[in-house]
Amino acid sequence: MKLDRIASGFKRPELTYRVWKVWMRNFDVFKKTWKVNFFPPLLEPIFYLIALGVGLGQFVSKIEGLSYIQFIAPALIAISIMYSSFFECTYGSFVRMYYQKTFDAIISTPINIEEVIAGEMLWGATRSLISSSIVLGVIAAFGLITSPLFLLIPLVAFFCGLMFSAIAMCFTSLAPNIDFFNYPGFLFITPMFLLSGTFFPLTQLPSFMQTFAQAVLPLTHTVFLTRALLLGNLETRLLLSLVWIAIVTPVFFILSINLMKRKLIK
Amino acid sequence: MVAEVLIRAENLSKKYDDYLAVDSINFEVFKGECCGFLGPNGAGKTTTIRMIHCFLPVASGKLNVAGLNVSEKPREIKKAIGVAPQEENLDPDFTVLTNLLVYARYFDVPKATALKRSEELLKFFQLEEKRNVIIDQLSTGMKRRLILARALINEPQILLLDEPTTGLDPQARHMIWDKIRDLRKQGVTIILTTHYMDEAAELCDRTLIMDHGKIIEQGAPAELVKKHIGEEVLEVDYNDQIMKTLQEKFPEARFEVLNDRIRVFTTQPHGVFEKFLREHPTSGATIRNANLEDVFLKLTGRRLRE
Repeated sequence: MKLDRIASGFKRPELTYRVWKVWMRNFDVFKKTWKVNFFPPLLEPIFYLIALGVGLGQFVSKIEGLSYIQFIAPALIAISIMYSSFFECTYGSFVRMYYQKTFDAIISTPINIEEVIAGEMLWGATRSLISSSIVLGVIAAFGLITSPLFLLIPLVAFFCGLMFSAIAMCFTSLAPNIDFFNYPGFLFITPMFLLSGTFFPLTQLPSFMQTFAQAVLPLTHTVFLTRALLLGNLETRLLLSLVWIAIVTPVFFILSINLMKRKLIK
Repeated sequence: MVAEVLIRAENLSKKYDDYLAVDSINFEVFKGECCGFLGPNGAGKTTTIRMIHCFLPVASGKLNVAGLNVSEKPREIKKAIGVAPQEENLDPDFTVLTNLLVYARYFDVPKATALKRSEELLKFFQLEEKRNVIIDQLSTGMKRRLILARALINEPQILLLDEPTTGLDPQARHMIWDKIRDLRKQGVTIILTTHYMDEAAELCDRTLIMDHGKIIEQGAPAELVKKHIGEEVLEVDYNDQIMKTLQEKFPEARFEVLNDRIRVFTTQPHGVFEKFLREHPTSGATIRNANLEDVFLKLTGRRLRE
């Protein structure tokens, strides 16, 4: 019985092209409010680069041959990937599901609940792509791009965004109310924001925490990738990060769809 | 001519955890009719409607819609159905017109067709002037009309209306009734739930009365009134004297005493009460036609349901 329940969490979802109709709905809303959506990813990295890079950076010695502002710039991209998809698929999806009853309206059409959830997550990934591209533009304006490999960052942003969306959607499937998201907010997102090799190298942490960060925290791998691509130093350990993401993303993607289905279809 | 069956339920049940919401019901809905589901809160009306449009999975029994099994072909069935839910779930992020266009896209309606149909529907529901207004700024009546318009965007064969006029003022109610009648004339099969018995009597060819998850009676509203109540109802203020006289005069009648009023239900023909009152002038007496509400209360009782 219990095993059945676990197995049903990984049932293959029935997905068709209709996923994109859900994506389109969110994109249409985004287009209408694009000004509000553009400001945070534009202004936030400017503040961070000035305060931490220019200000604090004066007191920080070189890290792995990089100035402090060069060290944190790729982390800001990774952080924006994480924040935009995570918040889209927690607060955003919850509001659409619970308050606006948008999901109810959509599943009264030929679109099924699996497609609605998948469309929401693809949209979350798209939000990551858009936000991180704006951050990338700010970083370029600060003259911090040193390798043409930065062109691959939007691709990383989409797939890492999908990973954060899928994890976020699992939390949404468990959320009894909107205040619940405070828990993953300060128990998962905030520690990741600070401890994933973002503002100081992972090697500064005690070794068990280094292991933990690499085994469990998705932002660690996102930062590895954005930093390597922005600075143009490809190392073999990046393959490990890619494999990590390639395993975690589909697992949570499928799990979240089934959990949401269980929550919504009684 | 034998009417074509569009929806058929056989021993249909639905259980939520320990609560049996729909208890092994059997019914048919015929093509082109307006069929009303009546019943107190918690009777199982909305659950039944939701199973018809594949929103809720069937727990046991069989349910066929337009010849297709709901458990096997939900997409095909949903394509042929328009739903106006009880709860307002318009998209608050869009204007009136965009709500229709985005909804049409969910049904794969091509853009040009969607635009044309939306314009027609806005006109039909007198919402043309509101086309560029955001949902928040609509009155309750306008939102209801827009929900109906949205339910028609895929040109459905079957229209499901879950309490279409709850909370509306009489003007808005009558307007929606007119539209429902128009749609029926156009050949759309309509299923509606309502708590308003006048609405059911006004619109429905046939009603199914549900209670505790079961269908307890069904038939045309006028036939049900005739069968269970009769032609007329006499209401007089209670006193022992008049009660005694009435019981002698109408030995076969059903009496109901409530709030110091006596209600007399008889199957005798029209005019008997008038004759009685001429012989026994009684102050505060009224004679009225029997109606569907009398039937409903007789069958489901007066106890409040939570």
